[in-house]
Amino acid sequence: MTLAELQRDFRDWLTTASADASQRLGPRSSFGMTVYQNNYRAQLVSVLEASYPQLHAWLGSELFLDAAISHIDRHPPHAWTLDAYGADFEATLRAMLPHNPDVHELAWIEWSLSESFVAPDAAGVSPEQLAQIDWDTARLQLSPSLRHRPAITNAAALWSALQQDVEVPESEMLDAPRALITWRQGYTCRLKQIDTDEYAALQSLHHDNRFASLCDELVARLGEDTGVTRAGELLASWIGAGVVTGVND
Amino acid sequence: MFTPPPTFSGFGLGLRKEHYRDFLETDVPVDFVEVISENFMVDGGQPRHILRRVRERHPVALHGVSMSIGSVDGLDRDYLRRLRTLADDIEPLFVSDHLSWSRFGGFNSHDLLPLPYTREALDLVCRHIDIAQGALDRAMLFENPSSYVAFADSEMTEWEFLAAMSRRTGCGLLLDVNNVYVSARNHGLDAHAFLRGIPADRVRQIHLAGHTEVTDLLIDTHDQPVCDDVWSLYAEAMSLLGPVATMIERDDAIPPLAELLDELAMARTIGQRAQHVAEAA
Repeated sequence: MTLAELQRDFRDWLTTASADASQRLGPRSSFGMTVYQNNYRAQLVSVLEASYPQLHAWLGSELFLDAAISHIDRHPPHAWTLDAYGADFEATLRAMLPHNPDVHELAWIEWSLSESFVAPDAAGVSPEQLAQIDWDTARLQLSPSLRHRPAITNAAALWSALQQDVEVPESEMLDAPRALITWRQGYTCRLKQIDTDEYAALQSLHHDNRFASLCDELVARLGEDTGVTRAGELLASWIGAGVVTGVND
Repeated sequence: MFTPPPTFSGFGLGLRKEHYRDFLETDVPVDFVEVISENFMVDGGQPRHILRRVRERHPVALHGVSMSIGSVDGLDRDYLRRLRTLADDIEPLFVSDHLSWSRFGGFNSHDLLPLPYTREALDLVCRHIDIAQGALDRAMLFENPSSYVAFADSEMTEWEFLAAMSRRTGCGLLLDVNNVYVSARNHGLDAHAFLRGIPADRVRQIHLAGHTEVTDLLIDTHDQPVCDDVWSLYAEAMSLLGPVATMIERDDAIPPLAELLDELAMARTIGQRAQHVAEAA
């Protein structure tokens, strides 16, 4: 048996419990092969539990384990880091629980927070820098830790209550669509539910990060005075919270 | 050709997040700490910040679990690039990983799977170590794994494989005494022959850990104190090897730091006594 054949059979044993593969390996201990398979699956369940602690609490251990087993069967790990394993878990939950958008959004929150946690560092904007900016040509740099998505449920409130271990509100649909953002301010990860105006403004910066363009867009939507005022408010809020981490002209 | 890194004679602990505050805010009496490399091979954020602060206080050994040196897939270039970046940043005491494999055909088991000790595996492992050491521009240490199966195809003992691998690549060895004990018990091998069979001048670090017995098989769980048999084997190893950095590994059921420091004090006592006896003989 070549080394490639051995590793192929070992993989098949771990992922499909193929008895043929185990027999071809010819180990002196069949129980030893079971230990490897148990280690493989138990470790992946543990990783999902660690990546999604509040979702685990929200679903309960039995349903979470069902979802984890389904995920492990459909999505064997590929990345070099085990920390990446939970990346597609939301897709598994969508397939299992298609009518539970609160679950999908909770999963997104937990995964996005974990991505924000280890995203590249960014220095932030000092008052001295702002004083020297030519705002007609200024470009805004969003934090590399920023993640965002539309929201239709109160998942942000659910997550916050679960995380703080206080009474969890009923899951419900929002009265109007909003959005969720996660980012890291310094070394602290943040979650915020924002309105669709702010979400549209943030999204527009991905296409055109000039502050003047943001002003033009808000003026077109809200009128001259309100639009410029709103742009200033958003910029101050984003810089203060670390959502915008650079302003260059 | 690389040569193993310089000898470092000291006693350390694995740095785990449960003890970050102790290591950042108090003067923990260790000579070095070891971290799991992959936990810090990230773009930014608090993990790297904490590691840099710990590095200001203690030498740091980088211990990897994902290099998959024995995989026929070859090495992951992105992994090597990230490890090099981390090593350049931290200037570690040692960079180590395991004599094992994890990946095949794009699948990653994230486990330290056993290799058959064949000439084919030895050639492949040596090629990969040459590549890894070249990419990192430093000699690495490779650790003997715990194993729960042995392959009939093996053409040499594990210690013969380790000795040949080290001789051909210039890598150093990380001797996990608990793994020697676990594998010896599981496969009916002679642990003493293992210790005498590895090249003493290549061993730069020793791991001590606990294990769990399940249905006559020992599992390397790292969730228990070091057992008496492993302490005895450690004393024998220290009398054979001379000054070698020693550390306690605990990855699950992590106790208060004081308990691990008590265990490390025992390692210090046993290790130093064994070396004095060996020097006097």
